[in-house]
Amino acid sequence: MKRSNVATQKFIQGNEAVVEGALYAGLGFYAGYPITPSTEIAEQLAEKLPARGGKFIQMEDEIASMCAIIGAALTGQKTMTATSGPGFSLMQEALGYAVMAEVPCVVVNVQRTGPSTGIATTVAQADVMQARWGTHGDHAIIALTASNLQDLFRITVEAFNMAETYRTPVILLIDEVVGHMREKLTIPAPGEYQVVDRLLTSVPSGIDYHPYLPREDGRLPMSDFGGVHRYNVTGLIHDMWGFPSTDPAVAYNLIHHLVDKIENMELEIARYQEFFTEDAEILLISYGSSARSALQVVEDRRKQGVKMGLLELNTLWPFPAEAVRRNSAGKNYILVVEMNMGQIYQEVKKAVQNPERVYLANRFDGIFISHNDIGKVLNLIQGKGV
Amino acid sequence: MNTQSFVFTGSGGQGVITAAIILGEAAAIHEGLNAVQTQVYGPEARGGATRADVIISTEPIHFPKVVNANVLVCLTQEAYDKFGRIVQPGGLLIVDSLYVRATKNTEARQVMLPMYETTKKEIGNPVVFNICVLGCVLALTWVVTPDSVLSALKTKIAPKYVDMNSKALKLGLDMGEKWRASLGPVAAQKEAAKIKKS
Repeated sequence: MKRSNVATQKFIQGNEAVVEGALYAGLGFYAGYPITPSTEIAEQLAEKLPARGGKFIQMEDEIASMCAIIGAALTGQKTMTATSGPGFSLMQEALGYAVMAEVPCVVVNVQRTGPSTGIATTVAQADVMQARWGTHGDHAIIALTASNLQDLFRITVEAFNMAETYRTPVILLIDEVVGHMREKLTIPAPGEYQVVDRLLTSVPSGIDYHPYLPREDGRLPMSDFGGVHRYNVTGLIHDMWGFPSTDPAVAYNLIHHLVDKIENMELEIARYQEFFTEDAEILLISYGSSARSALQVVEDRRKQGVKMGLLELNTLWPFPAEAVRRNSAGKNYILVVEMNMGQIYQEVKKAVQNPERVYLANRFDGIFISHNDIGKVLNLIQGKGV
Repeated sequence: MNTQSFVFTGSGGQGVITAAIILGEAAAIHEGLNAVQTQVYGPEARGGATRADVIISTEPIHFPKVVNANVLVCLTQEAYDKFGRIVQPGGLLIVDSLYVRATKNTEARQVMLPMYETTKKEIGNPVVFNICVLGCVLALTWVVTPDSVLSALKTKIAPKYVDMNSKALKLGLDMGEKWRASLGPVAAQKEAAKIKKS
């Protein structure tokens, strides 16, 4: 018999690693509408979540899915939904509601080629800006990604942790290649990775509970909706009781709070990995499956004596500007590798001191960018032709 | 050589993706090697030419897709016509002799074996055709042991089918070994083909 408290190894898809990570983090409720290339997440959770006493609901669409996880989260559950571009578009309104009402939840977007229904089965990374600005109004958001299954498992657990810590929806922005790729995942034993639980109010029953009154550290303890406290939840600008307000001072303070609680925490939220960056003269910056191709280029060129390094971003939002700026300083040039028309490329240009040295190696035709594609752009920059 | 790349191609339903997953799992879970498995995932995967890639290495694997295959398996003419050229010079091209007429002038070693017909004749059920194919691949590459493949298989199928799958694997192994032997002393070839494990 296998002991449940030891690490287990599996040879599975990226989408399944998300499932394992979510279960490890304590997922209790999933609502979703299946869509390629994210369907395996729903498929697996339909089996595994009820077996652990959780709830799985297939909803009528993605709008309802997003609303359902918000409601369930308020009652005390850790919740998640998974989708791809077209479904993520439908979720934007309710995503904004979760931002405004400060509801912890995790939204997985396994990116495929867009816009609209695009190409259902091919890879893209073109929803980076949608993750940031897809819902309207001034706000901040956390978006995370990974390029291999071990990182993906870890970052999924962290997505839940950050959702609880900052009381915010967290977007897990992966892509078709990582979602469908199989490799070995070692599932850590319980306790090996930190799991952040819900911060609950200590206000007892019968005493007024202020759902939107921050503690001294800025955090907002929650009370399970439908439990001992009565309070209001709304998408309108609201006061500390959760009731609507049009008072400019209330609006000013709330919007500041929603943005600052995440943007001011850039350094705490930033997750990234540096490969051979210390002595690098050329820096590649990439994320998700593209980072695998970028790392291949770095290893190949290192063997030829080229001093090249890779900065792999696991946090996309809030943009880890400090890490990008620090790693880019003094480099001959910087090449951003991604599968869109330059969404992170523009952010890198904003962050570094020498934006004229930032170049882009990209594909957006549904074909996974290869080390050969990146090599051709490098050759062009170096004046070596294609 | 520390890295070997495999591409399994055929028609949807022949089990080429399953074969690739089992090979990858055998290497990654049962032999402590690194393995990455991907597939061409698209509308053409239904009925048309299906392709599944596996890279097995003692080193970390970054780029997850196969560019030039060490071993290419083609189980239909359509798959052969579409993917026949991705095998590298000196590589191994394994085709089913019933379904594929190998016409391309590649610099790979071409191995034509009656895998489908033998499976049907000896086992009577073509559902394990892909496992017979995997047996041939093992006999011709020794990339992982048959035991590792069997262990991986057992996690994927009901106990009552283990026997039939073991037989199919053995069938493929024998077919491959026989072809191997025609090239000269097998032991020497085995030594040369070994993936060096650190």
